[in-house]
Amino acid sequence: MNIVVLVKQVPDTWSERRLRADDSTLDRDAADAVINELDDYAIEEGLRLQEAHGGEVTIVSMGPQKAADAIRKALSMGADKAVHVTDEALRGSDGLVTSAVLASVLGRTGFDLVILGSESTDARMGTLAAMLAERLGVPQMSFASKVETDGSKITIHRQADYGYDTVEGALPAVVSVVEKINEPRYPSFKGIMAAKKKPVETLSLADLGMDASQAGLAASATQVVSFANRPPRAAGTIVTDEGDGGAKAAEFLASRKFI
Amino acid sequence: MQDAEFADVLDAVRRFVRTKVVPREDEIEETDAIPADIRRAATQMGLFGYTLPAEYGGLGATLSQDVRLAFEFGYTTPAFRSLFGTNNGIAGQVLVSSGTDEQKQRWLPRLAEGAIASFALTEAEAGSDPSGLTTKAIRDGDGYVLSGVKRFITNAPLADLFVVFARTDPAARGTRGISVFLVDAGLHGVRVGPRDRKMGQAGAWTAEVLFDQVRVPSTALVGGQEGAGFAAAMRSLVRGRVHIAAICVGMADRLLAESVSYAKSACQGGQPIGEFQLVQAMLAEIKTGAYAGRAMVAEAARNYDSAADRRIGPSAAKLFCSEMVGRAADLAVQVHGGLGYMRGIPVERMYRDARLFRIYEGTSEIQKLIIGRALVRDGN
Ligand SMILES: Cc1cc2nc3c(=O)[nH]c(=O)nc-3n(C[C@H](O)[C@H](O)[C@H](O)COP(=O)(O)OP(=O)(O)OC[C@H]3O[C@@H](n4cnc5c(N)ncnc54)[C@H](O)[C@@H]3O)c2cc1C
Repeated sequence: MNIVVLVKQVPDTWSERRLRADDSTLDRDAADAVINELDDYAIEEGLRLQEAHGGEVTIVSMGPQKAADAIRKALSMGADKAVHVTDEALRGSDGLVTSAVLASVLGRTGFDLVILGSESTDARMGTLAAMLAERLGVPQMSFASKVETDGSKITIHRQADYGYDTVEGALPAVVSVVEKINEPRYPSFKGIMAAKKKPVETLSLADLGMDASQAGLAASATQVVSFANRPPRAAGTIVTDEGDGGAKAAEFLASRKFI
Repeated sequence: MQDAEFADVLDAVRRFVRTKVVPREDEIEETDAIPADIRRAATQMGLFGYTLPAEYGGLGATLSQDVRLAFEFGYTTPAFRSLFGTNNGIAGQVLVSSGTDEQKQRWLPRLAEGAIASFALTEAEAGSDPSGLTTKAIRDGDGYVLSGVKRFITNAPLADLFVVFARTDPAARGTRGISVFLVDAGLHGVRVGPRDRKMGQAGAWTAEVLFDQVRVPSTALVGGQEGAGFAAAMRSLVRGRVHIAAICVGMADRLLAESVSYAKSACQGGQPIGEFQLVQAMLAEIKTGAYAGRAMVAEAARNYDSAADRRIGPSAAKLFCSEMVGRAADLAVQVHGGLGYMRGIPVERMYRDARLFRIYEGTSEIQKLIIGRALVRDGN
């Protein structure tokens, strides 16, 4: 099976994150960069499906030069090869542009299954799976907490508030995964040593037959117009217990529709 | 291993220690065991052979790289690193430095894949000074027969291989006439006693090992050479000392992290205790010790790797860092007040765990003797 896992490098959620003053895009140099948390689960699922069904796992990432670190880590977990799309003109691209670029890459690599995390910890749009599936004209199987396939058909558990739906579709397909799906492996030392010998193809926009006018902030349908820091937390309400503390607390919760 | 690869190794180890082992410390303390899934993950990662040569399935980490990993291991319970510490350290290094090619071929790949080797030197009257060693290896046809009792042997209950020091020349005195053997733990006559009940480091096991007329082939003699055991033990211990010093630094870092976070959040007189200068002084002292230790370990490891100093540096680093972490643990308990004396609080556990570092792989007194002797006799 030809499995493609999409990986995004994001600023570490534990470090302080900032937007740039000049164009309101994320300041990617200001924070430590790591693999998007959910992508670890996507890679793990890809590797497990490969172990069960054979084939290849290809990592595809769009991002600045230093995203090469995230790609190397994904390869050290066991993926076979990678494609890195990097181009100055891509900076500031929104979901719509990103999905167009990735769809174009997927057109080149071909795929039976595209796996990605259901959202990234920086933008948190959670729309890429849908956009990609639409552009590629294949089924979208979102929020998967379990994936099974026989090579032509795919069945997932789609995680929901009330439990899960069992969803079935035909391959090729796009699957987005949630944390519950597996326990990602740690790269082994052997995997780390092997990673640097694995092929990584680097592509520019031109390589994909696209030009700068189709990418970046200018081509994006959405833009950050302004932003402000979160206001400091307001002082809480203190309920003094004069024998009726329980009732007062309940009243407060009811007024906010918590109970 | 190149820097970029090592950075990835270090990152993987750091994440594993902090996200998978630290949260399980109470469980390890209570059950006196490393959970099977952690052992499995450590095996898969390659931790059982990271200092063993790459051609035998290891990672070939230099001592300078080893200590940077040890700073990370030191951050959690020392029982975790003990599990694979004998493989990469005292036991495995005897094979690496003194074994024949056949012996390395036979054992090192297995160790790298998770088999466990134990280092069996200490006896009742041969601790600080191995010249009192009474375990015997008597030549018998095409082999040897070993008999004797070893004690406090780390990982003995788990061992697949014992690296055993025994006298091959009964007439020789002192440290002469000592040889080292590779003894398969499954051999007839090898018996491991019950696990010792220790002050700290729960989850790391030691036990007595009895060799009762154990017959080994002559190929079990390390390096194929009689009388080379004492030198082999010392070579291995020297390297181990720098590693232990690094573990102490990692533990001091953790003691500091626990103490700072407690000092910032616990209040007395309406303000965080961290605002009191006397509490800040304790934090500053822990930090300074850890900082000095880290610099010293890096320097000792660099000089070990370049062979510029394989005597004073390792002993000085072990002496300083093991004493330093003892003091750090004492201060950390003090910062925590009464809570620091309570079971379940990490610094209470670390206070007991830290005590061992001044004793094994050469007591503080022995490190001073080594340094002093080198200074006076050899004019180093
Ligand atoms: C948890 C644990 C794990 C261990 N693991 C192993 C292992 O895997 N393999 C192994 O072989 N051993 C192991 N040991 C043994 C350890 O290395 C010895 O305990 C240590 O070297 C001290 O020896 P000893 O216990 O015989 O004490 P002794 O040597 O009897 O020391 C008692 C005191 O006398 C002092 N002293 C001794 N000789 C001198 C001298 N010449 N001058 C001044 N002072 C001196 C010592 O510093 C100490 O204060 C372990 C011990 C422990 C506690």
